[in-house]
Amino acid sequence: MSKTITIDGKIIPFEDGQTIMDAAMAAGVYIPHLCHQPEFTPHGSCKLCTVNVNGRNCSACTFPALEGQDILNETEELIEDRKKITQMLFVEGNHFCPSCEKTGNCQLQAVAYHLNMLDNHFPLFYPDREVDASHAEVMIDHNRCIFCTLCVRASHEKDGKDVFAISGRGIHKHLIVNAKSGLLKDTDIDASDQAVHICPTGALLVKRTGYQVPIGERIYDHKQIDQVALAASGSRPVAALPPSMAVGTENIKHGE
Amino acid sequence: MANKIRVATTSLAGCFGCHMSFLDIDERMLQLAEVVEFDRSPITDIEHCTNCDIGLIEGGVCNSENVHVLREFRNNCKILVAVGACAINGGLPAMRNHIPLEECLNEAYLDGIGVENPKIPSDIELPLLLNQVHPIHEIVKIDYYLPGCPPSADVFWKFLTDLIEGREPSLPYELVHYD
Amino acid sequence: MKQFIQGIIDNNQYQATHLLQILRQIQSHYHYIPEDAIGQLASLLSIPRTQIIGVVEFYSFFHLSPRGQYELLISDSITDHMLGSKDLLAYLAGKLGVAVGEVSADGLVSLDKTSCTGMCDQGPAGLVNGHALTHLDRAACDKIAELVKQQKPLEQWPGELFQVDDNILKSGLLLNQPLEQGAALRTVFRRGIKETLAEINQSGLRGRGGAGFKTASKWQFCAEEAETQRYVVCNADEGEPGTFKDRVLLNTYADQVFEGMTVCAAIIGAKQGFVYLRGEYLHLYDKLQNMLAQRRQNGLLGNDILGEGLDFDIEICLGAGAYICGEESALIESLEGKAGIPRNRPPYPVTQGYLGKPTVVNNVETFMAAAAIAVNGGDWFARIGTEKSNGSKILSISGDCARPGIYEYPFGTTIQTILNDCGAENVQGVQVGGPSGTFISNQEFGRKLAFEDLATGGSFIIFNTSRNILDMVHNFAHFFAHESCGFCTPCRVGTSLLQKQLDKIVEGHGSAGDVVALEELCQLVKNYSHCGLGQTAANPILTTLERYPDLYQNKLKEISYEPGFDLDAALETARRMANRDDAGAHLAQIEVNEHE
Ligand SMILES: Cc1cc2nc3c(=O)[nH]c(=O)nc-3n(C[C@H](O)[C@H](O)[C@H](O)COP(=O)(O)O)c2cc1C
Ligand code: SF4
Ligand code: SF4
Ligand code: FES
Repeated sequence: MSKTITIDGKIIPFEDGQTIMDAAMAAGVYIPHLCHQPEFTPHGSCKLCTVNVNGRNCSACTFPALEGQDILNETEELIEDRKKITQMLFVEGNHFCPSCEKTGNCQLQAVAYHLNMLDNHFPLFYPDREVDASHAEVMIDHNRCIFCTLCVRASHEKDGKDVFAISGRGIHKHLIVNAKSGLLKDTDIDASDQAVHICPTGALLVKRTGYQVPIGERIYDHKQIDQVALAASGSRPVAALPPSMAVGTENIKHGE
Repeated sequence: MANKIRVATTSLAGCFGCHMSFLDIDERMLQLAEVVEFDRSPITDIEHCTNCDIGLIEGGVCNSENVHVLREFRNNCKILVAVGACAINGGLPAMRNHIPLEECLNEAYLDGIGVENPKIPSDIELPLLLNQVHPIHEIVKIDYYLPGCPPSADVFWKFLTDLIEGREPSLPYELVHYD
Repeated sequence: MKQFIQGIIDNNQYQATHLLQILRQIQSHYHYIPEDAIGQLASLLSIPRTQIIGVVEFYSFFHLSPRGQYELLISDSITDHMLGSKDLLAYLAGKLGVAVGEVSADGLVSLDKTSCTGMCDQGPAGLVNGHALTHLDRAACDKIAELVKQQKPLEQWPGELFQVDDNILKSGLLLNQPLEQGAALRTVFRRGIKETLAEINQSGLRGRGGAGFKTASKWQFCAEEAETQRYVVCNADEGEPGTFKDRVLLNTYADQVFEGMTVCAAIIGAKQGFVYLRGEYLHLYDKLQNMLAQRRQNGLLGNDILGEGLDFDIEICLGAGAYICGEESALIESLEGKAGIPRNRPPYPVTQGYLGKPTVVNNVETFMAAAAIAVNGGDWFARIGTEKSNGSKILSISGDCARPGIYEYPFGTTIQTILNDCGAENVQGVQVGGPSGTFISNQEFGRKLAFEDLATGGSFIIFNTSRNILDMVHNFAHFFAHESCGFCTPCRVGTSLLQKQLDKIVEGHGSAGDVVALEELCQLVKNYSHCGLGQTAANPILTTLERYPDLYQNKLKEISYEPGFDLDAALETARRMANRDDAGAHLAQIEVNEHE
């Protein structure tokens, strides 16, 4: 008999060594996340994946699944608070979606859509951040970086390089690159590096690929991020989702 | 209909794109006209709004006049709605927030390329620019938000019909867009 | 420069784990970390340059651009404020001719604020090139300005500027009977290791750093780990504003603290120990090193301690200005030469700590108590205190009282007793446990010092009735925003938002919904943050809001909404440039009847 946890009353099997996120995804249960990607060492920083485990808040992406865990995921309170955390990410940077090439393919935006975030709630910071367009093929728009460190991990773990790092403390955190000049062009990055393609937002972009897919036909224009994430992780098909989560894809295709 | 719902609209630091999108509800405008009457709005020429039920605001706040207009709307509309990216987060006009106002004015009126008769306009009829562009929720209390750049005609329609028919307005996934 | 840096690297055996210590030396020599040094370090230590920059930009005491030859920092602790540090800072800035946060044009001197330096009983305090300055007043500032002008080397500055007093004003169980050197270890070897752990267990000793975890259990867990390479770490980061007892313990009772660490090493089977000493306590460094050398000489450290086959030594690592490094997993990261970012838990340090090996982290006072328990036995300790809190607690008392300093009390002592002892009058309230602790009002002085009532790492700041509580809250909110490591969203963004929202209310721009919004934000930061810093950052607001709701409400305007910034001031640039001052060139902060 395999071990199990329950998430919102549903019994979910897990294997030793799996996190709550691993177990949930494998069973087709979506827990919102931004700094997590299945193939990478979990980071636990965005806190969007916070679930309530036996009365205590834990990050699903880092916390091990253990026998006896009674987990709350889709409560009104958690959804509302995740929305506020997402709003924090929006006000902290400069996210002008209409002028961003990533729009429609952006996970930050998609999570916000999924959580029905309609406003920013908090005062905006309008931080002064740079764009690094020095490299021939790849650019960084620091305005859109959410410090998820996925590029840092991808460069280190998958590309065998250390092109990126997060520097600074507190609200002064920022992304830096491994070059004396501090510019991307002087690093050993390559447009085919996984690090370039892992960014959940429009902070890292490959040049000259803009608008190849028209707005309105992009990933999250058609599907909610829960479906996309679960499908990508190879978990059970979307049809197995409880009705509340399987939003009418039909309507979406006809909209816009 | 005796008591029509009074709606006012305006554009602050915006491009009227949201208004254009609103007009995209096309023939549904006729249906709307049966229950709604427009007060101050670019489509009516009424200069000040009075006693409205709904105020739709496009654009962020970039100058003193925007502040006055926004306050007039807040005082005269029961429900105030931030419409579009600029009203909600400052939008494209807020991209100037990273350049000190002094530099902006210098470049535009004093030492920019092609400037003739360099002089900062000082006519007292002109509104003064604020240091930064602000979303409208930082100046007055906002009741509802319609994101999008612009929000689609369906967003306007869904929102207004919800309100008119006495439902709590909500936007389903397919209508939520920031672009 | 090349040679200088090569020398430092040689001395540090090319160990990247020593990065902080290496950077400290470079900063102290050049007053910044030069670009060339970064390149050289990266290649010598075989680490990416980004890791070095990441560390430099994380710690307050490292800089990528030059600071003054004399780096002056003034403590921004609320206790220093209460002693007039704000005026003094302005005065000093005037005297030195340099703005706060700036470097003088000639590069001679820089001036800035810094988080609490742990001299709350002898402030206003500061640091010059890392060395503690105490009892600052205008005369001292005049002197400092003169010394800087004459470019006198620090060694020639008068000693009284650097005079640090212990101020032990009430001794109890521990402070009354310091151990003789080696006494604890001899008892351990005589009694037996297991038996000693049993005594510590019997004593009921709980961690003195704040969280109050049972010390014997922590040591036992660590000892039971399969991995045999284990470490002992003494947490002397003492960054909580208002705490300074570890400073005194390390000044006067260090031998006993080292002995406690060695007892721990014997019990858990560790060969290496570290004291993580906050950078602000640089003045203790040489003294502690001498003490360690002396212990080595006396066979109490090193190989085959007391001929009993125990090998253990202690290294002292200095911090570089980061409160978060007091959090045990951030501390371990820092010991490894990295930015102090708290780890995900599990695994806990007892299973995977320093370099991934089982590690015990304890507070200075915990080790000191453990050594005493090893000698005197568990019952000796357990008979003092309350049911859940055995033994005594050493407090750092500061703020509005006649006799600030160090006081040791049995657990269970009432706040009123403490206030009487230190000569506090007209008390409005006490901040127990520092900013991350609890504010109690003068209605609650019957409450007791105990884990089950008022837990504290030792900070005890008294506010009399002349003080504005919101000034304190404001100071603490800025402290947390400044010290947040920035790893997780709710704390990184939330502490900044808390600061903004509080500023809005305190500066009188708050309106009806603003206190509710503040409270909501507090809950969010508290419930979703990754570590204790974020989880407690809202405490000053929450605990004062609970006790003085009117204080906040009275700041609010009778209107439904007000901008959080000064509208009219936001027109100033445009007004000046257009050369206007007519009525239309101004904006009222709130609506004043627009329909005239
Ligand atoms: C932000 C933060 C700062 C801390 N600072 C200290 C400190 O300066 N000294 C300390 O002993 N413990 C500090 N702690 C607690 C440590 O994480 C840890 O619990 C303690 O060192 C364990 O020792 P103890 O069991 O002897 O108390 C801090 C915790 C947090 C979350
Ligand atoms: S650039 Fe993108 S991937 Fe890298 S930390 Fe920023 S948001 Fe994450
Ligand atoms: S709570 Fe604050 S200090 Fe702790 S990990 Fe998060 S950002 Fe860092
Ligand atoms: S996905 Fe778990 S913290 Fe970011």
